[in-house]
Amino acid sequence: MTSAIAILPGQQLAALKDAYRKAVARKRLRLAFWVALLVGALVLAGFGAEVNLRAFFSHLGNFVSYFDRILKLDDGTRVWTNIGEWLWGWKKWLKLLGETLLISYVGTVIGAVLAFVLNFLAAENTSPRRWLSFVVRRLLEFARTVPSIVFALIFVIAFGLGAIAGVLAIAVHSTGALGKLFSEVVENADMKPVEAVRATGAGWVSCMRFAVLPQVIAGYASYALLRFEINVREASVMGFVGAGGIGQELIEAIRKFYYSDVSAILVTIIVTVFVIDIGTGWLRGRLFGGNGRT
Amino acid sequence: MSQVPAPDRARLRARYPEVFNRPASARLSTPAMVLFAFGIFVFGLVDLDFSPARFFLGLRELGWITLLMLPPDPGSSLPLYLKALGETLSIALLGTSLAAVLALPVSLLAARNLVPEIVRFPVRRLLDSIRGVDTLIWALVWINVVGLGPFAGVLAIAVSDFGAFGKLFSEAIEAVDRKPVEGIRASGGSGLHEIRFGLMPQVLPVIAGQVLYFIESNTRSATIIGIVGAGGIGLQLAEQIRVLEWQKVSFLIVMILIAVAAIDWMSGKLRFAIIGRTAA
Repeated sequence: MTSAIAILPGQQLAALKDAYRKAVARKRLRLAFWVALLVGALVLAGFGAEVNLRAFFSHLGNFVSYFDRILKLDDGTRVWTNIGEWLWGWKKWLKLLGETLLISYVGTVIGAVLAFVLNFLAAENTSPRRWLSFVVRRLLEFARTVPSIVFALIFVIAFGLGAIAGVLAIAVHSTGALGKLFSEVVENADMKPVEAVRATGAGWVSCMRFAVLPQVIAGYASYALLRFEINVREASVMGFVGAGGIGQELIEAIRKFYYSDVSAILVTIIVTVFVIDIGTGWLRGRLFGGNGRT
Repeated sequence: MSQVPAPDRARLRARYPEVFNRPASARLSTPAMVLFAFGIFVFGLVDLDFSPARFFLGLRELGWITLLMLPPDPGSSLPLYLKALGETLSIALLGTSLAAVLALPVSLLAARNLVPEIVRFPVRRLLDSIRGVDTLIWALVWINVVGLGPFAGVLAIAVSDFGAFGKLFSEAIEAVDRKPVEGIRASGGSGLHEIRFGLMPQVLPVIAGQVLYFIESNTRSATIIGIVGAGGIGLQLAEQIRVLEWQKVSFLIVMILIAVAAIDWMSGKLRFAIIGRTAA
């Protein structure tokens, strides 16, 4: 069966073509306007950020050769030819990595517990008072927006050098981030069970415990695990400002040009982050089936 | 009013055995996991020297610091701080744009529906490694290459976002509908035509939304890379904290909060305009 394609008469076709061209031209013009705006903003930003392309290209070789240097041992051989020499400090580094993991774990747990306590007050549908919801939300926003390393800088002065500042910085930041996510989970919860529990004469706490919590607990655990992944990365740089973990060792190696140490520590960090990502991914899959990321 | 009869436990038990007689392993697994998690938590507290005395002493100190922060006051360095804030915003914008431009072609090489596994796997692992290294570490590396200053910050943000964008973009590409691509092929389009006219119209709105979201989150990252010397407002902040000028510190923090909120608001509007009402 063949069907012929009907071609419109020339006059009609010309009018349609004209209209089409006009529509496309209008669209293109609008796009060109936005592109011009973007390019303008970028050029302005280029001046603001003191972009120096000449210096960039003349030093670009340094970037490549930096990786060349950090992958060389002191005697000029490649690092992977002498693993024992390359990872000479593995005992110390593993201990610091363990500390980093503990910092992120303890920080995540404290943050998750605080967020858990606060989120029912922040969520619009469960908060007992409107003003309370507003205040808690602003508080969480503050904790979320100030980067954790800024908290760490301040806490190092208040609590002294060491892991305690790192833990608290991560805890505060996690409270802000998780509090928002948790309260969004609560806002998506079905409110009918709450009415049912309230109808039996239960108070606010019982309503939360028996009507809301069973609906949201899986979402909470999933978000907390994701946060733990992020916090491992953040904890790895806490040492830059003296707040414990492997960061201290890394920044010293970079600043003092201990090239092969830099690559060794970086590789251990990357491997750890991989392992944690895979581990938490596996745990999420086990706990919540395929859809744990929702 | 009818009286509710007292529940007949024996009958209920007989009727729903799976509710009343759950095996011990199912009943104990949750408490065991909670106990395990709590055990690690306590071990962590002990191992990290988390003594109550130190904690409360620090808390009191923190209270003092907070009092000293009020009211926020820039002193005479307001122009300097405004310039630093402009620098921070420039770093975020340039870094994110650069990363997006570089990541787009690479993400094609990391998408399952475009390239064979043998290409995809190494590209994915490379992107994962780049992402595994924090922006601050990249900043330190770039400082070694282009020297101290905001340009190192731009490059640090560009590299670390390159890893994140590569992954996100390729996921967006993997999620596209095959049918438009097949349509292009059926009408005689080449491989590049398929990408340009079949794929891009589907992924560009998603990508634009993600880029805008990253500009927002990079404003936050850009505020901190100054701490290691890569320009922007973080440099001022770290300096003022070190010399204990708390009123200036709180002023800088307020500035950061306002800037982030402004960017947040703007990118929200833009995202809305690009993606439209249908997508969140």
